Amino acid sequence: MPETEHIIDINGLVKRFNGTAVIDGIDLSVSKGEVVVLIGPSGCGKSTLLRCINGLEPIDAGTVTLHGEPVVHNSRNLYKIRQKIGMVFQSYDLFPHLTVLKNIMLAPMKVQKRSKEEIRAEALKLLERVGLSDKAESFPSELSGGQKQRVAICRSLIMNPEIMLLDEITAALDPEMVHEVLDVVLDLAKNGTTMLIVTHEMAFAKAAADRIVFIDGGVIVEESEPDEFFTAPKTERAKKFLKTFTYSR
Amino acid sequence: MGGAEILFIGNNFARLLEGLWVTVRISLISIAFSLVLGTALGAAMTVKNRAVRAVCRVYLEIVRVMPQLVWLFIVFFGITKLTGLNLGGETSAVIVFTLWGTAETGDLVRGAFQSVPKHQRESALSLGLTKFQSYVYIIFPQALRGLIPNIINLSTRMIKTTALVSLIGVTEVLKVGKQIIDANRFEYPNAAIWVYAAIFFMYFAICFPLSWAASRLAKKSRKSD
Ligand SMILES: Nc1ncnc2c1ncn2[C@@H]1O[C@H](COP(=O)(O)OP(=O)(O)OP(=O)(O)O)[C@@H](O)[C@H]1O
Ligand SMILES: [Mg+2]
Repeated sequence: MPETEHIIDINGLVKRFNGTAVIDGIDLSVSKGEVVVLIGPSGCGKSTLLRCINGLEPIDAGTVTLHGEPVVHNSRNLYKIRQKIGMVFQSYDLFPHLTVLKNIMLAPMKVQKRSKEEIRAEALKLLERVGLSDKAESFPSELSGGQKQRVAICRSLIMNPEIMLLDEITAALDPEMVHEVLDVVLDLAKNGTTMLIVTHEMAFAKAAADRIVFIDGGVIVEESEPDEFFTAPKTERAKKFLKTFTYSR
Repeated sequence: MGGAEILFIGNNFARLLEGLWVTVRISLISIAFSLVLGTALGAAMTVKNRAVRAVCRVYLEIVRVMPQLVWLFIVFFGITKLTGLNLGGETSAVIVFTLWGTAETGDLVRGAFQSVPKHQRESALSLGLTKFQSYVYIIFPQALRGLIPNIINLSTRMIKTTALVSLIGVTEVLKVGKQIIDANRFEYPNAAIWVYAAIFFMYFAICFPLSWAASRLAKKSRKSD
C-alpha cells in the first residue's frame, strides 16, 4: 500500500436497532481525493453507515475517526468534527424559512465566523458553479427538486469539508432532474473532492467511483474497482444484486 | 328606530369602555401568563421522559374536558369555600383563563415543534451547528411561523370567552351593558339593541385585527413552505 492520507477510518463498526445488527462489523477507509460509492439492496444499512460517520447515530461497537479524531455521538466537540464532514440527504432539507443564499451562508457565518462579504462572494461563486446564479434570492419552495439538491451541495461545500457524504441524493428526483445533480457531483469527483456516495444510479457509480463497496446484510461483501465490479463481480451476492438491478430497469 | 342616545346619556359610554377595559385587562394578563407557562408546558411535552409527558397530557385533558364556566365556579366559589380565602372575581378569572390558556398554548407549542421535520435538525447539526444554534436558527424560527397565527387565534378566543366572568360577579363590558339596559328599560325600550350593537363593535374592534393578522401570517407561512 502506498502512503495515503486517510480521511475517514471505520474499524469494526457495529450498529444495532432494537437488538438487530444493521451494521455488523464494517471496516472501511476513505483516502484523500478518493470517491467511494456504496451500493447494496434497500435496507442493508447504507444510510445508517453514513449517519454513524457524522455522529447522528450512537454506535454499539468499533470506531469511526476523522483524521484520527474519534467521532462520538453526542460528544462535546462533535460539532467541530462535523464542520469537516459535508452531508447531503435524500430528502430535500434546505431550510424553508431562509433564502437560497442564506441557506448557504448560515453555517460559515455562525459556525466558522468568517466575514460576511467573503462568504457571500464564495456562495455566489458556488451557485454559479452549479448553474443557479439566478436563484440566490429565491426561497426553497420556489425551486425544483433538482435545484434544491444542488443548493444543498453548495451549502455543504462552502464549509470546505474534508469529505462529502451523499445519501441517495437523486432518489427522490424526477428522472429528468437526476442528470443535472449527478453532473455536479461528477464535476466534484473529477476535481478531487473526497466523497462517500450512496446511490442506486449504476451508470453514475461507474463513472464517478474510484472504488465500489458492495454492502449486504450489514457487512461489506465485495470491494473493488468499478470496471471490475460491474463487468466481473467476484461474489454471487453482487452478481445477483446487479442482475436484479438491470432487470428492474 | 330611536334610542341611540342611550349610549351617550350620563356616563354610559365611559362605563362601557371601563367594562371593556376589565375584559381586556383580564385577557391580557391571562394571555401573558399563558404564553410563558404554555411555552414551558409545550417544551415539557416534547421531552423524552414518558412520565413527564403523561402528567402534561393529563393536565391538558382535565383543563379541556370541562367548560370554562365550570372552572370559573370551581375556582371562585370552591376555593373560597375550601380555604376561606376570598380571591375575588377578577383574580379567579385570571387564574382560570391562565390554566386554560397554558394548556392550549402548551399544546400549540408542542405541535409547532413537532411539525418541524427531524431532518431539519439533522441538517443543521451536519453543518456543524451546535444543538443550541440549530434551535435558535433553524427549529425555533420554523416552529414560530406556524405558531404565531395559532396563538393569535387562541387569544381572540380567550378575549371572547371572558364574557363568562360576568357570571362570577365581575363587571366587564357585557355586565355593564346589561346594567345600562335594565336601568333604562322603560324610558328606552330599544336600549338593548343599541347597547349590544355597541358591545359588538367593541369586540369587533379588538378581535378583527387579530384574526386578520393571524390569517395573513398563516397564509404567508404556508406560502414559504
Ligand atoms: N431509527 C431506526 N430505528 C429502527 N430501525 C431502523 C432505524 N433506522 C434504520 N432502521 C433499520 O435499519 C435497516 C437499515 O436501514 P438504512 O436506512 O440504513 O438502509 P439503507 O441501506 O439506507 O436502505 P435504502 O436503500 O432503502 O435507503 C433497515 O432495516 C431499517 O428498517
Ligand atoms: Mg438509505
